[in-house]
Amino acid sequence: MLTKVHTGLDPVPGIWWKPAHRAEKVWVGIAFAWCMVLFAMMPLWHWKGGQNPSGIRTRVDPKAFLARTQAFAKQYQVETDRGVPVVAPPPGSDIYLTAMTYQWYPILKLVNGKTYRLHISALDVNHGFSLYPVNVNLQIMPGYDYALEVTPNAAGDFRIVCNEFCGIGHHTMVGRVIVTDDAGNTVSDNRTARVGGAP
Amino acid sequence: MPDAFRTCPATGRRIHLGAEALVKANAVVAVVALLIGAIAALLLVLTRWQAVHLLPAVWYYRILGVHGMNMLIFFIIYFEMAVLWFCCTALLNSRPAAPRLGWVSFALMFIGAAMVEWMQWSGRADVLFTSYPPLKADPLFYLGVILFAVGALTVVGLFFATLVIAKREKTYEGSVPLVVYGAITAAIIAVITLLHGAMIYIPTFLWSLGIIPEVDPQMYRLVWWGLGHSSQQINVAAMVAVWYMLAGLTVGGVVLNEKVSRSAFVLYVLFISMASAHHLLVDPGFGPAWKIVNTSYFMYMAVLASMIHGFTVPAGMELGMRLRGYTDGLFGWLRRAPWGDPGFSGMVLSVIVFGFVGGITGVTIGTEQINIIAHNTLRIPGHFHATVVSGTAMAFMAATYYLLPLVFRRKVAFWAAAKWQPYLFSLGMLLLSMGMTFAGSFGVPRRHWDISFSQAPFDVQFNPAVDLVLAVMGIGGIMAVTGALLFIAIAVKSVFFGEPVGEWKIGTYVPGIPPGITNPPVHAANVDEINERMHAGRGFPGPTPGTMVLVFVFLGAFMVYYFTNWKLLSQLWKLG
Repeated sequence: MLTKVHTGLDPVPGIWWKPAHRAEKVWVGIAFAWCMVLFAMMPLWHWKGGQNPSGIRTRVDPKAFLARTQAFAKQYQVETDRGVPVVAPPPGSDIYLTAMTYQWYPILKLVNGKTYRLHISALDVNHGFSLYPVNVNLQIMPGYDYALEVTPNAAGDFRIVCNEFCGIGHHTMVGRVIVTDDAGNTVSDNRTARVGGAP
Repeated sequence: MPDAFRTCPATGRRIHLGAEALVKANAVVAVVALLIGAIAALLLVLTRWQAVHLLPAVWYYRILGVHGMNMLIFFIIYFEMAVLWFCCTALLNSRPAAPRLGWVSFALMFIGAAMVEWMQWSGRADVLFTSYPPLKADPLFYLGVILFAVGALTVVGLFFATLVIAKREKTYEGSVPLVVYGAITAAIIAVITLLHGAMIYIPTFLWSLGIIPEVDPQMYRLVWWGLGHSSQQINVAAMVAVWYMLAGLTVGGVVLNEKVSRSAFVLYVLFISMASAHHLLVDPGFGPAWKIVNTSYFMYMAVLASMIHGFTVPAGMELGMRLRGYTDGLFGWLRRAPWGDPGFSGMVLSVIVFGFVGGITGVTIGTEQINIIAHNTLRIPGHFHATVVSGTAMAFMAATYYLLPLVFRRKVAFWAAAKWQPYLFSLGMLLLSMGMTFAGSFGVPRRHWDISFSQAPFDVQFNPAVDLVLAVMGIGGIMAVTGALLFIAIAVKSVFFGEPVGEWKIGTYVPGIPPGITNPPVHAANVDEINERMHAGRGFPGPTPGTMVLVFVFLGAFMVYYFTNWKLLSQLWKLG
């Protein structure tokens, strides 16, 4: 029943469709079962898990999206940090973030434990949304509104790093997200941090 | 062209001289691309190692593009062209189809590659390897890629034509060897890949000329990754074919069961190209059903294929060794394997790092939700350096140690250094991959010039551990580049200034010629009988118990890493 002993360099005479040894069958079976586990985890996480990259996705005109973001920023602006408006929208609302070379606009001020519908899009080229240090990473591109429900689980002063190459100033593209505690108090801020420009 | 053949003194195969010239030319250009890519790699790793931070920003991004094109496209695909020519002619004792057209394709690829290099080095294509629009490069950049792809596609066509010739002229009996079957798999995937390349680069070329108004960025990413990721699947298939080849040449590794190994290759053809979805898991353009079906290669059928090869390759080696009398204990076959043969050590290191690091990290971060904590961080290059470099490039280097005496008929130069080159290269790449993977787990972005953010409006303070893992990455990178340069020195010296192989007595040890050639691992005349006996009465562990233990260690590591990542993911903000 066994095929004649040969290496992978030898042509195989006749029909090579022969029964496999039990050891191989066992491993193929185990590997297959593991593959099914890998597969099942993803739908399962949509059903039971809290982190899914699906959201609501629509096409949008990049300029219209920027205009929407600016109107949103004007409506809820509370202060300004380094020329960028700090915006404190009410919990549960739709909030907007535009990526453009080399800036994240505006600065969002959110409340811990509250849910917001975050819309992100780009004005010009591809950008990468990387929320630090939470480590949430999303691809942001012009023409597409990526809307996700987000619920911060800790107060703090967060950064948005651009992690998709967007041009020569890519490494200077950093934004800010502030999460206040449940009572609305800022627990930390970076007022002492250096201001960009001269190194 | 006259069909002149020579007979290989080591293997007794008929080798067509015209085809051999094509193998040589493609392999030589591959090594040149490797040299450019390796020098670029050194500059990049010394920039990403924040404590050194060598290059200025403009040159960092420019060299990053150069590194990507040279390594992932020019080196790998040129070498694969050599592998395809070798498999369809030397392994089948056949003449090549239309060797002149083979040279035309070679030249087309060369012109295309030269155009891309010119555009990149002159700063007219600072769009990185992926060239995502609306970032725009000079039209000649896109045209160069198109010419290269057309040339490569033509070679793949000639490969298939040669298979038809070999079959019709009956240069071999029965079915093609498994290694050729693997090469056919790689060639089919190459067709899929290169067609994607043409599909996306032609409109992008027209857009760069101003003929069409725009290229949709999401559509580009979707189709481009059909080239960008699938080209790495040509590598996987070609690499597995090389594993089977070297297993046979170095230790007399056998094919346990043709049906199992070949079915696994068929699974690659059917499903592996879906993996381009791995890059689109946190993109806005696709829904969850699309993402789940595609990222999992339709229920992980390509992962199943790799797990099958991950068993059958070492098991074939184990059985090959056991049949030749190395039967002591569980791992006697491993202990007594030819670790001083760079063709063997390189291949084994390729299997191990590809599986344990490249494979496990790839499947994990290619999971729809886990990708949220991995996308565009250093975990991504950490993963693919373990697959493409520690896996494919290492396997190709190991194969080169056999191709030098067999095809170029030269002794391997610097033989003493060649024996430890695989260890240096592989350990260096392992450290680099691990350093990148851990840095990425802390959120360190890929493709980023300055993670000290000295010119950014807001400070970003990474975990202090990041400095440490980036130093590991830096040291590993320097080791790996040293290993790569050593390999290049060996290859160039052997090919252009090498000592002819000359004559040797079978069974002797000749410095400069891998022992698998001078002392081939032949099986006894009654090997089929011994094989029957080894299979008889064995239960679940079968005739290869050592491998059975190893694959369960692998599965355990896989499970731990996979579920640890789900745990990390669950600690994030609620998102969806």
